[in-house]
Amino acid sequence: MKPRHKRIALITGGLAVLGLVVALVLNAFQSNLVFFFSPTQVAAGEAPRGKPFRIGGMVKDGTIKREPDGVTLRFVVTDTEKEMTVAYKGILPDLFKEGKGAVAQGRLGDDGVFVASEVLAKHDENYMPPEAAQAVGDAHARALAAKAAAASTAKTVQQ
Amino acid sequence: MIPEIGHFALIVALGVALVQGTLPLLGAHWRRARWIALAQPAAIAQAVLVSVAFACLATAFVENDFTVLYVAEHSNSLLPLPYRLAAVWGGHEGSLLLWVVMLVMWTLAVALFSKQLPELMRARVLGVLALVTAGFLLFILLTSNPFERLLPGAADGRDLNPLLQDPGLIFHPPMLYMGYVGFSVAYAFAVSALLSGQLDAAWARWSRPWTTAAWVFLTLGIALGSWWAYYELGWGGWWFWDPVENASFMPWLIGTALLHSLAVTEKRGSFKNWTVLLAIAAFSLSLLGTFLVRSGVLTSVHAFATDPKRGVFILAFLVTVIGSSLALFAWRAPKVGLGGRFSLFSRETLLLTNNVLLVVACGTVLLGTLYPLLVDALGGGKLSVGPPYFDSVFAPLLMPALFLIGVAPFARWKEASVGELARTLRWAFAAAAIFGLVAPFFSGQWKPLVALSLLLAAWIVVATALNIVRRVQSTRAGRSFAAAARRQPLGFYGMHAAHLGVAVFVVGVTMVNGYQAEKDVRMEIGDTVSVGGYTFRFNGVRAEQGPNYRALVGDIDLIKDGRVLRKMNPEKRNYVSSAMPMTEAAIDTGFLRDVYVSLGEPIDKARPQGAWAVRVYHKPFVDWIWGGCVLMALGGLLAISDRRYRARARATASVGAGLVQKA
Repeated sequence: MKPRHKRIALITGGLAVLGLVVALVLNAFQSNLVFFFSPTQVAAGEAPRGKPFRIGGMVKDGTIKREPDGVTLRFVVTDTEKEMTVAYKGILPDLFKEGKGAVAQGRLGDDGVFVASEVLAKHDENYMPPEAAQAVGDAHARALAAKAAAASTAKTVQQ
Repeated sequence: MIPEIGHFALIVALGVALVQGTLPLLGAHWRRARWIALAQPAAIAQAVLVSVAFACLATAFVENDFTVLYVAEHSNSLLPLPYRLAAVWGGHEGSLLLWVVMLVMWTLAVALFSKQLPELMRARVLGVLALVTAGFLLFILLTSNPFERLLPGAADGRDLNPLLQDPGLIFHPPMLYMGYVGFSVAYAFAVSALLSGQLDAAWARWSRPWTTAAWVFLTLGIALGSWWAYYELGWGGWWFWDPVENASFMPWLIGTALLHSLAVTEKRGSFKNWTVLLAIAAFSLSLLGTFLVRSGVLTSVHAFATDPKRGVFILAFLVTVIGSSLALFAWRAPKVGLGGRFSLFSRETLLLTNNVLLVVACGTVLLGTLYPLLVDALGGGKLSVGPPYFDSVFAPLLMPALFLIGVAPFARWKEASVGELARTLRWAFAAAAIFGLVAPFFSGQWKPLVALSLLLAAWIVVATALNIVRRVQSTRAGRSFAAAARRQPLGFYGMHAAHLGVAVFVVGVTMVNGYQAEKDVRMEIGDTVSVGGYTFRFNGVRAEQGPNYRALVGDIDLIKDGRVLRKMNPEKRNYVSSAMPMTEAAIDTGFLRDVYVSLGEPIDKARPQGAWAVRVYHKPFVDWIWGGCVLMALGGLLAISDRRYRARARATASVGAGLVQKA
């Protein structure tokens, strides 16, 4: 082989392999992106059906229930505006508690119950999963905005 | 008083670092012998000053000085002494101080153990290292001072996060940091070589043992972290593709590529630019890892800081380091030259392919780690990249690399023959193929991916053995086989030990992923559950009191073939001062398998003496994962011990003479 042919072979081979790798990576990447939705967004029907996604918010007080099999749990996650029931089979992380933030990954069932395959642990008593914090914060902001809007409407009516 | 001494020592260290980072570099440029001579004493002074600061912080922890904010936040009077010491690096400020301690220690090592380096080169390397140190000292002093006072002092500390109260914490961060920071030496060598324009085989030979040392520490640090997560987090996983894990894995991948590229540069003078670029990349990724972990953009067990000022500082530092070194590279690289030529099929090409695969693998990790952050920063919402992405991308990328591990040691430099290699290796491949196809039958179920992975692992083992035998045979020259084997250089055995480590690691990963069994069950007292041929009998829990926690300790019999092997005692702890619960798994470690039990929760919260949710695992070959890492690290150690790195370069004299003339 002449040096020029060699170089062409090397470059072509390299590009072919690189193209294949990029295709492979992007394909895997695309199909493994997991998006986050707040309970409000799920209630509004924004969450995908039949594809895993994450939800988050606060675990509502007094809602953790154990099913008869002893290892399946149900609890309610809320962003203070909307709620949703989550079912999870398995052992919850140490710091999972009522009244604290939590994030769960799973699919939405036909009955509207979110079936979690994984409940994410937080590592510290004071740490709030950022997704959960944001969901609650957004709901809070909407509530404030609604209140302000109501107040201004009331004002207009009075005038 | 003591904390103020520490604070003062850091300020002085910054001054010394600035001197060491400027005068020797300028001196090397203008050939000022006195400026150059400053580098070594300055490096020693810095090591002393930073050690003093570190000792001061450690003293504050030992003496429970809760007037120091950092101590009050991360320690507690009930905390046992070893953990009080480990708590020095249990938070953001202290772990940065540990970073700097490591950095000045590496610098000191370069100053003391590189007598064979030309004086100019050493001055440049020490200067570049000092600039990095100065950046970090500035970061500590401006945004993260561990000596900040809390007045009036706290009555007691908030305690160390219970997750971190573990022997793993004592060793994992220092090891990992030694690795991270160690790449700064490789980086400093690369930048110095660019500055001087002397990128030659000698440079590669100087740089190699330092790079290997950093890589050894990083390997051990990552393995320790993985092992710690396995037994401490209670989920039985050994790798989660967590962004923080990825942050340590990326420099490892590039570091591995760098080791192989340096080998080519040393032996054949090729790949020079590429090697320099990899050295810059390895250190940049170490910095990126620090940024990701320490800036608070990620939240995990490792993320202490959420102060945006810190994130901005590290980001600016990162941009400065990467930007300036790439600019230098762009300016100097065209003068470097190509080095030895090689044909399309040669050991060089095989190593190049290995490099490309490792770099692409690193790129995929980078994509999966940074993309969610990028989307979030651009307001595109929260998302995450699932572990299946990494799993599905990594296997096809690394399998060709595993195959090449077997081939490359046989290939000749410059030009190799496919036919000759095929003839040499066909029986080795046949043996590996038979093993790979048959072995999965004995593990229960035949799975194609398991067969392929075991084939590749066996291939590495057989090819390595064959390579050693052939090499020894060809250099016998009338000696006995054992005598000839002893005469082989340590670097040769180091390479093979590391490659065998990869094979052991692959076996571990394959067997665990292919055949592990897991059950979450509700267990009444006297209940049994079976998994992987083992039976567990739950005999209830009892209360126990630890030094700074209360524990419920499970009493579980591990039974095989009707015989009780041992008692297993998983714990559920509740730490007094932080009120945090913690699960301590009970693990029975074996050569071929681990069995693993952890306590979930009592079924009825009011009746913890009754039934519990219990998780049991059977994990075949899981310890091979870490065993493989240890073997890789051992290979690195052997390679560093090779005699040729201690041979003094004759070039020193001539360069020194030139210097005297000029001065």
